[in-house]
Amino acid sequence: MIDAHEKSSIIRMFHVHHNYGSKKALIDITLDITKNEFVFISGPSGAGKTTLLKLFYLGEPVSEGQVLIDGINLARIPRKRIPQLRRKFGIIFQDYKLIPTKNVYDNVALVLEAAGVKTRLIQKKVKSVLRLVGMEDRLKALPPSLSGGEQQRIAVARAIVGDPKIILADEPTGSLDEESAEIILELLRGVHIRGATVIIATHDKGLMRKTGGQVLHLQQGRLEASTYIEKQYDNAIF
Amino acid sequence: MITLFFKRALDDIFKNRFLNLVTIITISLSILIASAFILFFVNTSEIINSWKKGLRIMAYLQPGIDNNGLKELKQKILALDDVEGFNFIPKQEALNRLKEQMKHQSSLFRNLTQNPLPDSIEIRMTAATESWQKIDTLAAQLEALPQIDEVEYGQRWVGRFAQIISLFRLAGYAMGALFFMATIFIVANTIRLVIYSRREEVEIMRLVGATDNFIKIPFYFEGVIQGALGAMIGLAMLYIAFMFVSSNVDKGFFPGLFRFHFLSPTILLAILVVSMLVGWLGCFISLKQYLKH
Repeated sequence: MIDAHEKSSIIRMFHVHHNYGSKKALIDITLDITKNEFVFISGPSGAGKTTLLKLFYLGEPVSEGQVLIDGINLARIPRKRIPQLRRKFGIIFQDYKLIPTKNVYDNVALVLEAAGVKTRLIQKKVKSVLRLVGMEDRLKALPPSLSGGEQQRIAVARAIVGDPKIILADEPTGSLDEESAEIILELLRGVHIRGATVIIATHDKGLMRKTGGQVLHLQQGRLEASTYIEKQYDNAIF
Repeated sequence: MITLFFKRALDDIFKNRFLNLVTIITISLSILIASAFILFFVNTSEIINSWKKGLRIMAYLQPGIDNNGLKELKQKILALDDVEGFNFIPKQEALNRLKEQMKHQSSLFRNLTQNPLPDSIEIRMTAATESWQKIDTLAAQLEALPQIDEVEYGQRWVGRFAQIISLFRLAGYAMGALFFMATIFIVANTIRLVIYSRREEVEIMRLVGATDNFIKIPFYFEGVIQGALGAMIGLAMLYIAFMFVSSNVDKGFFPGLFRFHFLSPTILLAILVVSMLVGWLGCFISLKQYLKH
């Protein structure tokens, strides 16, 4: 029997711990993220933000506790179904993680190719999403020839092209100038409006204020606070 | 999807052309050596078979066998395994043949008061009698018949030659197996190096939801393409060497005796398939190890 609360939850964690060897990276995390929420995971460097994101898409195995993604218990997921789980996510990595030997088009198309989408539809969707991020004229460019902001836009395009339910962004504006950061944020807002749950790991308080949303504050691997920040509202806790 | 995988495999070969070239050359050299052995065996087998076709067992009869004894002997010979037929040569006919063959030395027969030759039976063996052991056994069986005095089958040396060739063949099988394993090992290592050089790309593919098969299949294509290209180059080198050697041998050593033949299309196809299999196996081994982690 699934209750109404469970229905609206997309990510749930129960007493999750994660260790890197003897080092405790996450300690007793329990959280609940509902569908179509805009969530920030905040905290200083080394607080466990990136680790927390990795646990969602099984980039790291959970050491202890339960993680449920869209109703799937990650402790029981067979290895074969991990790719399907990952297709629920669009991930924007801190270091972009674009394939340097593949051009912009191929980097973005990869997500759809991996999902077995037909070539004609891939062409249509990739061109459309590259138009959305303003990179339609750089289809043949290789990532190393692009600026940081452009590479991040390609990373966003790759993350959203498969219409995922959840967008995970790890410090998406960390290394960008203000103008590029604004473009990326606008793109993420757009995806959120179209129905996706957006989760951003950042320590940039300005970014949180510009958008607003639920803020999960991590400190030394523990979830210290869960608050809601209004758009353009300066929250005292930070 | 297949087109996409094939395109990705070709793309990867081009991008890692040095590593792939090393593998293709290794495969082609292995194919060249293994195919050269096959070519040698095919041609020597043909030569031995052509010699075998002319092989007859001559059974010389005891003197004074009457018609009944002869009839009984013929029945016994026909009952033996591997006997296709026979031809009875009376001693007078044998003498006539000998005189005909030695007509230039006719003086040798002038003082002959009686025919020194015995009656004989020329025995033809079935085409299936390929084993020299079988021929020996048949000769021994004939020799054991009381009406037969002596058995002779010339070209005993052909048997010895065939035995040597059999030894070569064994050595060829062993070398073929060694080359097969060595090539798989080299292909596996090259693919491992390629995967290692592209580990970041493989990792990204996994993170965006690519299945193991989606990652693996282009590598398999790559291995199969390497195998096919290696086989084609190796066989082309063998053909060039064959043309050179066969034209010299035809002119020089055995003019008109027999013609050397290149490998049949069936054997060529088999070599191509085996080479592609080698490429596939190499990939299989290294991918199995890599994706486990």
